[in-house]
Amino acid sequence: MERIPILKMGDCLLVTIQVDMHDRLAMTLQEDLTEKIAHTRARGVLIDISALEMVDSFIGRMLSFIASMARVLDARTVVVGMRPAVAITLVELGLPLTGVHTALNVEKGMELIRADDQGAVNGRRQA
Amino acid sequence: MRATDRSRLADILGRNEDAILSEWMRHQLAAGTLRPDLMKEDALRNESRRFLGFFRQGLERDGGDPRGPAWQEARDALDQISTTRARLGYSPSETATFVFSLKQPLFDRLRDEFRDDPETLTKELWGLNVILDHLGLRTTETYQKAREDVIRRQQQDLMELSTPVVQLWDGILALPLIGTLDSERTQVVMESLLNRIVETGASIAIIDITGVPTVDTLVAQHLLKTVAAARLMGADCIISGIRPQIAQTIVHLGVDLADVITKATLADAFAIALRRAKLAVTPQVVS
Repeated sequence: MERIPILKMGDCLLVTIQVDMHDRLAMTLQEDLTEKIAHTRARGVLIDISALEMVDSFIGRMLSFIASMARVLDARTVVVGMRPAVAITLVELGLPLTGVHTALNVEKGMELIRADDQGAVNGRRQA
Repeated sequence: MRATDRSRLADILGRNEDAILSEWMRHQLAAGTLRPDLMKEDALRNESRRFLGFFRQGLERDGGDPRGPAWQEARDALDQISTTRARLGYSPSETATFVFSLKQPLFDRLRDEFRDDPETLTKELWGLNVILDHLGLRTTETYQKAREDVIRRQQQDLMELSTPVVQLWDGILALPLIGTLDSERTQVVMESLLNRIVETGASIAIIDITGVPTVDTLVAQHLLKTVAAARLMGADCIISGIRPQIAQTIVHLGVDLADVITKATLADAFAIALRRAKLAVTPQVVS
């Protein structure tokens, strides 16, 4: 079965979506990712959707769900590389992904996670 | 029967073309349709001569129906004249008078020719009237179409002109909005902003609404959409240039701008943006 690879980079997980997301694939990703976060005790999840040309309401909601689940597992999710057309579509669909962090590219997303990590030393993230 | 009638008119026209042309010119000049500021008398004479030629051809080939293929050239010439005049800024009646002022000289000729035959005269006059009226209406229609084209093009230009995205600093974009925001314009604004964010890698965008005359719920919703879309691309938005009246309107309408940073002036917004980008402007120390 087709799967989206999840790469581990330090205490971050990197998910690069290179193929067209269909509903089944999104469900699988959700399961794989939550398991992997718990298993690796990752602090951040970067989802790179720069290759994604189309989104529908289901995929939009899945991104939202994944972010919320990661939050529960104490990992910060950053969605990076969204295309202008995809952004407009999501807003028109009424899914502005509130609660999901966003960045222009992987580099900026990484910075965001690092900055967040440093800022949260005194928070509940402290081991 | 009709065909011979028509060709008789064409015949008269052919014989007296120069005389009719100068009479026509006299009428046009008297009617004030020649705008000396827009067109020289020579140019009008050439235009009139050309059209008269086509008009005669139309009469010769097929008499009474100016919609037929025989009149194609006359119609084309007329369309061209109307379009040019519309662009030059003639009024519709000034444009239509070009055709209508041809009535008098032709009627005069017919009257002279059929002085002893009132029946033929009436018939000829009626036929000519139908043709000229049709052509006259056509000028107005073409005129209007040309004007609409101008308006459409200007709207397009205005739309593109009024949505510039400027880079204030590395990573800081500004979007000065001028004029009313409708859904179509929001779409253009959103697209150009998002594309610029990708191009420049900006992380902060300032939307300045000093030039937006009124903000109602719809405009506010469009603004919020733009902000949300920019956020999805990883850029934060600051809305600036909110005038006191607009602040009052926004609150009275119950629009929620709590999630967006708002500032009264572009300068304030720029200061915030610089601070976010960890930059500072300091006064130069003169030693």
